[in-house]
Amino acid sequence: MEAGRRMSLWQETWDAFNNPINDGWGQLVTHIELSLVSLAIAAAIGITLGVISAKVGKVASFLVIAVANLGRTVPEFAIMALVVALSSIGFWPAVVGLVALGIPPILLNVYTGIANVDRDVIGAARGMGMTAPQITARIEVPIAVPSLFVGLRVAAVQIVATAALAGLVGAGGLGVLVLSGLTTNQDPVLLAGAIPIALLAMSAQLIFVAGQRLATPRGLRLERADLSEQKG
Amino acid sequence: MVVLPGNANRGHVRHDAGRLELQGVTKRYPGSDRPAVDDLSLIVEAGQVCVLVGPSGCGKTTALRMINRLIEPSAGDILLDGESTRNRNAASLRREIGYVIQQVGLLPHQTIAKNVATVPRLVGWRRGETKARVAEMLELVGLDPAEYANRYPAQLSGGQQQRVGLARALASDPPLMLMDEPFSAVDPITRERLQNDFLRLHRTVPKTVVFVSHDIDEAVKMADRIAVMRDGRLVQYARPAELLASPADDFVADFVGADRALKGLSLTRIEEIELDDAPLVEAGAPSSDVLDRIASGLLVPVDGDLLVTVEGRPRAWMSVERVTDGDEVPRGPVGSPGPIVDRLATLRDALSALLDANARTGAVVDAEGRCVGLVSVDHIQGSWNAQSESAMAPHG
Repeated sequence: MEAGRRMSLWQETWDAFNNPINDGWGQLVTHIELSLVSLAIAAAIGITLGVISAKVGKVASFLVIAVANLGRTVPEFAIMALVVALSSIGFWPAVVGLVALGIPPILLNVYTGIANVDRDVIGAARGMGMTAPQITARIEVPIAVPSLFVGLRVAAVQIVATAALAGLVGAGGLGVLVLSGLTTNQDPVLLAGAIPIALLAMSAQLIFVAGQRLATPRGLRLERADLSEQKG
Repeated sequence: MVVLPGNANRGHVRHDAGRLELQGVTKRYPGSDRPAVDDLSLIVEAGQVCVLVGPSGCGKTTALRMINRLIEPSAGDILLDGESTRNRNAASLRREIGYVIQQVGLLPHQTIAKNVATVPRLVGWRRGETKARVAEMLELVGLDPAEYANRYPAQLSGGQQQRVGLARALASDPPLMLMDEPFSAVDPITRERLQNDFLRLHRTVPKTVVFVSHDIDEAVKMADRIAVMRDGRLVQYARPAELLASPADDFVADFVGADRALKGLSLTRIEEIELDDAPLVEAGAPSSDVLDRIASGLLVPVDGDLLVTVEGRPRAWMSVERVTDGDEVPRGPVGSPGPIVDRLATLRDALSALLDANARTGAVVDAEGRCVGLVSVDHIQGSWNAQSESAMAPHG
């Protein structure tokens, strides 16, 4: 940088992002990869456990829920540190940490979604001759979909944000820029990492809010509208 | 019998009804000192409506739920058309038995059409047949398919939801219907309308029905046979008139209530008594005709008033002078049609409607809402007197 010709901070940040040394684009792709893979695995595990714990006996479900709730209280940083301590550094250890982070909100929301299905609806369905698997597939899961999307949204935002720490464990991602910006005291580099992370988190939020609207059966949307009208 | 794919009658309302027999049915719950249902035996003939009544906790709902095996009996047997239900697969048995509950329990995420199609889809009807059947069932319960098929439960009133519940239970043409306090959750006016419509429907589709109620008036109105239960036991199983005339013991007498004579009014429906002719004039008819008919005695005003109708449906009571004021009978709604009573309403329903409206006479209408005559307090009293003299007198 020449004295007397200061570029704007925005310009400097943009340049830092594009600088091959920082490889902003490459790290962005890695960041998204990390997040998507982790979210997908967390969703698969969280949905399965959520459905199971809503269907099995009270004691078992209580245990799963208690563990999941406990999991939410452990700080993100601690989880990542723990994973590295127990395994090694790299892409997959980071994924393990992020998955552990993503499971609780998904599991808990799927569980509540199913547990809150009107008992009378289930009772009527049984009385008409639906089997237990049919009740789960045709009633409980569709009705729990909006709740599932809430879980996915919370998990996605959390994963995207926490994936920044993956830079610490050698998994790459935008966290690398933040880290090097911090250590070398270069604000533009730091921002070249931090701003995309924030934008990614906001996009995840928007995508899942939209997804929730699209995936909510029309009948349930009407029901909600009905309820809010009564309250208002 | 259930309509199976391939049956020639498929897609039309059928008249199948099954004979239900409970033999010493008992339900014991662990840790409870007395059985919830104790040695219950009764027969419901094909096409009859049997109402189980009793105070809460008497075991009536448990008894009902053992019939479709939502609850497994501890002892005894239940036969449907002579065949034990014990060895059947529970889910497939339930698909052959209509089930209606107080809370309705429609699937909130599915359209009305899909809700009604639930059992046909479970048993694998073809799409076209199911669709036709759904439309037919909605019409049967008084909901226009064009208007309601694609709506969702949240868009319907409580009464409409229960109509859908009925349509859903009837969709696969089950020989037996189980109804657990189906009309208890709606307001009294809707309840009476649902009761009347159910009775009308039962004439079209005379299924065997087991109906749980805590309301003795409802039982007297709906039932061919009433089963009074107490502490899990059957105390009396009799026709409504018999039950009112000779309660088996003090418990039944108490449950029926001190006002047995008044309840006796529920035994008779309006359609069973002779009605007065209503002085009907259709809106838009020439006034000269009206005057001619009055002059020739074909039209007899009631207290100087005529009942103006639109397509036969009561619209307003108006004085002869006002009706014949212009060239034709006025079309605009001026005045009230007064109390309107369904032909299938009981004398008790009618009396209550007349008293509520503080009127001496009310228009009686058929299923389409067209006026078929007038009922008056005098009528009801006359019928009451006749009944008290015959049925009520022998029992002290």
